[in-house]
Amino acid sequence: MTATAMTTTAESLPGSARPRARRRPRAVRLLTRAPVNAVLAAVALLWLVPSFGLLVTSFRPTKDYFASGWWRALLHPATLTVSNYRHVLQTGGIKDALFTTALITVPATVLVVVVASLAAYALVFLRWPGRDAVFVALVALMVVPLQMALIPVATLYGHLGLFGTVAGVVLFHTAFGLPFAIFLMRNFYTGIPKDLLEAARIDGAGDLMMFLRIVLPLGRPALASLGIFQFLWVWNDLLVSLVFLGGARHVPITVAIFSQLRQFGPNIDLISSASFLSMIVPLIIFFSFQRYFVRGVLAGAVK
Amino acid sequence: MAAVTFDHLVKRYGDNLAVNDLTLRIDDGEFLVLVGPSGCGKTTALRCLAGLEEITGGYILIGDRVVNDLPPKQRDIAMVFQSYALYPHMTVHDNMAFSIRLHKLPKAEVAAKVREAARILGLEGLLDRKPGQLSGGQRQRVALGRAIVRDPAAFLMDEPLSNLDAKLRVQTRAEIARLHRRLGTTIVYVTHDQVEAMTMGERIAVMRDGVLQQVGTPKELYEKPGNLFVAGFIGSPAMNFLTGRAALDGDGVRLVLDGAEVALSGRAGAAARSRGEGSSVTVGMRPEHFEVGPQGGQGLVRLPVQVDVVEFLGSEELVHATFAGSEVVALVPVASEVKVGDTLDLAVPDTLVQVFDPDTELSLDGDGPR
Ligand SMILES: Nc1ncnc2c1ncn2[C@@H]1O[C@H](COP(=O)(O)OP(=O)(O)OP(=O)(O)O)[C@@H](O)[C@H]1O
Ligand SMILES: [Mg+2]
Repeated sequence: MTATAMTTTAESLPGSARPRARRRPRAVRLLTRAPVNAVLAAVALLWLVPSFGLLVTSFRPTKDYFASGWWRALLHPATLTVSNYRHVLQTGGIKDALFTTALITVPATVLVVVVASLAAYALVFLRWPGRDAVFVALVALMVVPLQMALIPVATLYGHLGLFGTVAGVVLFHTAFGLPFAIFLMRNFYTGIPKDLLEAARIDGAGDLMMFLRIVLPLGRPALASLGIFQFLWVWNDLLVSLVFLGGARHVPITVAIFSQLRQFGPNIDLISSASFLSMIVPLIIFFSFQRYFVRGVLAGAVK
Repeated sequence: MAAVTFDHLVKRYGDNLAVNDLTLRIDDGEFLVLVGPSGCGKTTALRCLAGLEEITGGYILIGDRVVNDLPPKQRDIAMVFQSYALYPHMTVHDNMAFSIRLHKLPKAEVAAKVREAARILGLEGLLDRKPGQLSGGQRQRVALGRAIVRDPAAFLMDEPLSNLDAKLRVQTRAEIARLHRRLGTTIVYVTHDQVEAMTMGERIAVMRDGVLQQVGTPKELYEKPGNLFVAGFIGSPAMNFLTGRAALDGDGVRLVLDGAEVALSGRAGAAARSRGEGSSVTVGMRPEHFEVGPQGGQGLVRLPVQVDVVEFLGSEELVHATFAGSEVVALVPVASEVKVGDTLDLAVPDTLVQVFDPDTELSLDGDGPR
C-alpha cells in the first residue's frame, strides 16, 4: 500500500524522469502482491481491533462498559468522555508509575545499547585470546530463561541492598538484555566489510575513532532496532518488576495496572485509560526511530 | 617520499607460505608493479608493507626506518583497495578529508587539500555525494583522492582497476601514470594483469607461489625473461614453447622433436649447444615475432606449420597452427593472407629466440639476468 502510494507520488512529480515503460502494469503488480497484502492486513487487523477496543473503552463511562460492547459506542459517539483520563491523571498514582517505568526503561535501554555496541566491536574487530570462547558463552547465556534467575538474583539483591530498588531492576534488565543484544550487534558488524576498517586504520584511526566514526554510524539501523526492542521489552515487563518492586512505594505502570486488577476487580475505567497511556510512549518511540531503519547503509562502500 | 625495501620477507599462514623470502628494493619515487597469477602472494606482500598483517620473518623498511612493528598509521603510507573501501556514510569530501582531519590539520588546510585533490581527479562536482551515488569509475577516483590528499611516503595499490570495465580501465591506467609523474611519489602497485604491469610499471616484479621470479623494466622482462614462467607470463598472446633434444650440427644445433626438426642458428644455437649433445632444450618464440614464409634464410629459425584457425583482429590476424604435434600461435599482418588449411613456414630471427633448460626452467641466455 505505502510502496504503491510512494511510487505514484514519484511518478507524478513534475520533471521526474522515471522510466515508466519498463515497469510492469499496475494491475499485474497489484495482483501479484495481493496475497501478501491480504495476510499482512489480516495480521494487522488481529492486533488493531483489540487495541482500538481498548482505546474506545477508555473513553466510555464505566456503567456503559457493563451494559454493552465497546463497538456500541461507535454508534453513539456522544456518550464518549475524557473523564477516565482526567480521573487517572488526577489520582497521581498512575503518573508516578509512568515516571517510574521511564526511570527503569531509559537506563536499561541505553546501557544495553552502549555496552552491546562496544562489546560487539571487541568481538568482531579486536583480536584477543579467548575471543571465540567468550562468544560461545554469550550464545549459551541466551538460552538461560529469565524466570530461572529470579529467585537467586532476588537473594543476591537482598545481600547487596538492591532489592526493592529501581537500580536493581535496571541492572537485571540490562544483564538479561545483553547476551542477545551483543549477539545481534556482532552479527551486524560482521557484515561490515573488513576493508573499511583497514582503510580507516591506514588513514590513521585508532580503535576509538574507528568505533565512533565508522562502526557506530554504519551500525545505526541495528542499534535502532535493538534500542526499540529492548525499550518495548522493559517498558512492558511485569514479571521482573513484580518480583523486585512488588511492595515498593514507587512501582512501574505495569505493576500499577496489575494491582488495580487485583484490588478492585475489573476497575475498567482506570485500567483501560492507564493501559492506553502506557502504550502511547512505546508507539512514539517506535515512530521516531523508524527513520533509522534504512536499508542499504553500505551502498557504495565496496565495489 | 621514501624508498621501500623488503628484506627477506617471509609471511606464513599456518602451513601456507604466502610470501617466501622476498627481497626487493623500490627506489624513492619509483612506480613498481608487483605482478603474478592469482594466489601468488602479491596482496599479502602489500598488506605486510601496509602493516595490516604481521610478518613471520625478515624486515620491511620505509625510507631507512624498519617498520616491522609499527602500526599502519605510523608508516606514512596510503592504500587504495581493490574494493575501494569508501566510507559509505560519508560524502566524497568527508571520505577524502577523513585521514587529514584525524591528523588534526587546520580546517582551512583540509579544505584546500581536498579541493586540490578533487581538481586533479575531476571530482569537483561530486564532493557532496555519497559513494552510493557514484559510478564505479568515480568511486575509483575517490579512492585515489583519499590517498593523494595524504601526501604519504608511498602509495600502495591493490588491483585498483579490476572493478572497472575495459575502456575505463585503459583510461584510468593512463590517469594513474600521469598522477605518478605529477606527484613523484613511490608507488607499489599490485595486479595480476600483465598488460597493466607492462604499461604502467617503471619496473616490474614477477611473483609465483610466494617467490620472486624476476625484477626488471618491462623491456628487460620482455626481451630477457629469466625463466620459463616469466617468459610465458609476460607478453600477450603468450610465448610459444617447443621442447626437444639438441643434436649438434656443425656450428649450429638441430632441435629434434617428434617427427620434426628445427635448425637453431646464431645466439640461440650457441645457447642450446652449451647444453651438449642429446640434452633436452626448450625454445621460446613470441607470436608477434613470426613472419610468414619469408625469402632467404640467414639468421632465421623456421617452423613448417599447418594452419588450424585464423582469428581476425583488425590490422592483424592471430594464426593458430600445428607444428610437430604442438600448437604454435603467431600474430601476423592481415596482408599475409593466411588461410585455414595452409601449410607454410613461420620464421623468427634467431636473435629473438629464447632458450631454456626445461629441468631448471632457467634461461640459457648467457647474458640474461639471474
Ligand atoms: N588470511 C589468510 N589466511 C590464510 N591464508 C591466506 C590468507 N590470505 C591469503 N592467504 C593465502 O596466501 C596466498 C597468497 O594470497 P594473496 O591474497 O596474497 O594472493 P594474490 O597474489 O593477491 O592473489 P589474487 O591475484 O587472487 O589477489 C594464497 O595461497 C592464499 O590462499
Ligand atoms: Mg590479491
